[in-house]
Amino acid sequence: MRRGEHPSGAVVGGILAPHPPHLVYASNPPQNEPRSSGAGAWQELLAGYQRLRASLEARVYDVLVVHTPHWKTRTGTHFLGVPHFSGLSVDPIFPNLFRFQYELDVDVALSQSIHDHARDAGLSCQMMTNPEFRVDYGTLTSCHLVRPAGDLPVVAISSVRTAFDYCNEAGDQEMLALGRATRAAVEASGKSALCLASCSLSHRHYTTEPADPEDPAFESIHNENQAAWDRHILALMESGQSRRVFDEMPDFTDQCVAETRDGSLSWLLAAMDFPEVAGQVHGYGTVIGTGNAVVEWDLSR
Amino acid sequence: MSGQVLSGYLVPNQPLPLLAPDANRGWASLRDSCARVRAEIEASEADLLLLFSTRWVSIIGHQIQADPQPEWWVVDEDFHSYGSLHYKLRMDADFAAQYLDKAQARGLHARTVAYRGFPIDVGTITALRLLNPDNRIPACVVSCNMYSDRAETLVLGKAARDAVEASGRKAVVLGVSALSNRMFTRWIDPAHDRIHSQKDDEWNRKLLELLGDGRLEDVSQLAREFSHQANGDSKMKALWWMAAALGENNHYRGTVFDYQPVWGTGAALVGLQPAAASVGDLEYDEDGAEFFRGDRNVLAPNDPGRHE
Ligand SMILES: [Fe+2]
Repeated sequence: MRRGEHPSGAVVGGILAPHPPHLVYASNPPQNEPRSSGAGAWQELLAGYQRLRASLEARVYDVLVVHTPHWKTRTGTHFLGVPHFSGLSVDPIFPNLFRFQYELDVDVALSQSIHDHARDAGLSCQMMTNPEFRVDYGTLTSCHLVRPAGDLPVVAISSVRTAFDYCNEAGDQEMLALGRATRAAVEASGKSALCLASCSLSHRHYTTEPADPEDPAFESIHNENQAAWDRHILALMESGQSRRVFDEMPDFTDQCVAETRDGSLSWLLAAMDFPEVAGQVHGYGTVIGTGNAVVEWDLSR
Repeated sequence: MSGQVLSGYLVPNQPLPLLAPDANRGWASLRDSCARVRAEIEASEADLLLLFSTRWVSIIGHQIQADPQPEWWVVDEDFHSYGSLHYKLRMDADFAAQYLDKAQARGLHARTVAYRGFPIDVGTITALRLLNPDNRIPACVVSCNMYSDRAETLVLGKAARDAVEASGRKAVVLGVSALSNRMFTRWIDPAHDRIHSQKDDEWNRKLLELLGDGRLEDVSQLAREFSHQANGDSKMKALWWMAAALGENNHYRGTVFDYQPVWGTGAALVGLQPAAASVGDLEYDEDGAEFFRGDRNVLAPNDPGRHE
């Protein structure tokens, strides 16, 4: 089926697409100013993204819908609402690695529709219509690693701070509603959407960096507790138990200092309506001690 | 030549008093009170504004801004509808290098950053635009590490003092931070802004009463309890850093210039000038720290020397 021929819209797939800027840095795309040493860290994750891209080649989708932890909003969920952004993104945390010239097309109609569905479900929402806004590096990194061509429009959804302001359970319930609103809006749009949760799993960082940030000798998971939780969550994903991942999410987030606290994975599971198909783990690896997995759910079959 | 930390100020970290002072009387009041602080700073001999901003979060140790003339713009993640903040600032790159040296000498992992287009945080931009609008005094800003706790933050503050003294600068230190940091999680009519809860308001006022008495070290000691009870901003690291940079004592004349709600959070402008006498040195619970020896990570494998 070609683009535009879908009888009705659908979430055709979901990706856990972590956003360490290190992976863009190591890939040396022309958009990124710093050049990597090629010393070899993060190979498992780079290979994982390569396998993901190969898997996606045969698939048809019209739009990427990404939920990003690095647009942190405290006044509800916000959506990009300008048709095109271009500019320079400098990561405030890793400016030595990520200074990225970007162009980004936004599917404003779908963005507005998800906003409206979410608002109708009672969520606090805002459209972001300031054309000078700098798109966050989570969105840019995940979208670039999933589809480097950058030839599809994007919907970018901010990370509301509910779990931080109240508790993990409250945050996940809000993501459940936001995921359902996303799914309803996609179905009403007639478009095929690939949804991206732009986040790590375990998220305890080392607070130092070696002279060459790409030195593979430096990389390891921060501690065994983090690794054990990551293995457990990935096993649930691989065995199609996405509902159980959601049910255990507050504990995972709490006990593993996971970046899932920002809501991206809970939102994704709800947007996919808790698939029972196995998630395919394309790669798992660490970046400055955090646990990251590239996982794909193919919902098109 | 020996430099000196002249004074310290706690300043708000939200951009609304700069972006939209006409939308709320309290926001306008904060802007106007900044003019009084600005006059006080201008009347001093200050040749450096040294900031610690809770809106610049770091993971890899402590980052120190060293671009001599950062020029870009920032749009707030929440308040984008109130417009963009274009900035052209003047930073003291030589001092940044000296701060880096002193931080490393005290065991901290730190680096300077100077990159075109680096996103200077909204707290820093707001503070500098309101307190130093013509860039008369060069500035330097250090990040707020998300993992650092009291000891590490105190060491970072002492390194700031070391650098000021070694550099010969006359520095005013600015802690850019909210007090209570619970925001309204929905869009509000700015005219109806208030502190999120009476409890947060009462805690803010208690803290301001102590600061008004010049009891900065007592407030530093109270910071954990305040954060716990009143949703303090970033564990109130800005106060730890300021207290350390100013000498870890209660010998100040405190002035509460203003206290207002900004979207539910507590925003205050407080000045602390060294004074001969103090209200009283109380018995402090928590000891200071002089040197940082790394995280004591009880869960990590026993592999010393790997990630220190
Ligand atoms: Fe992240």
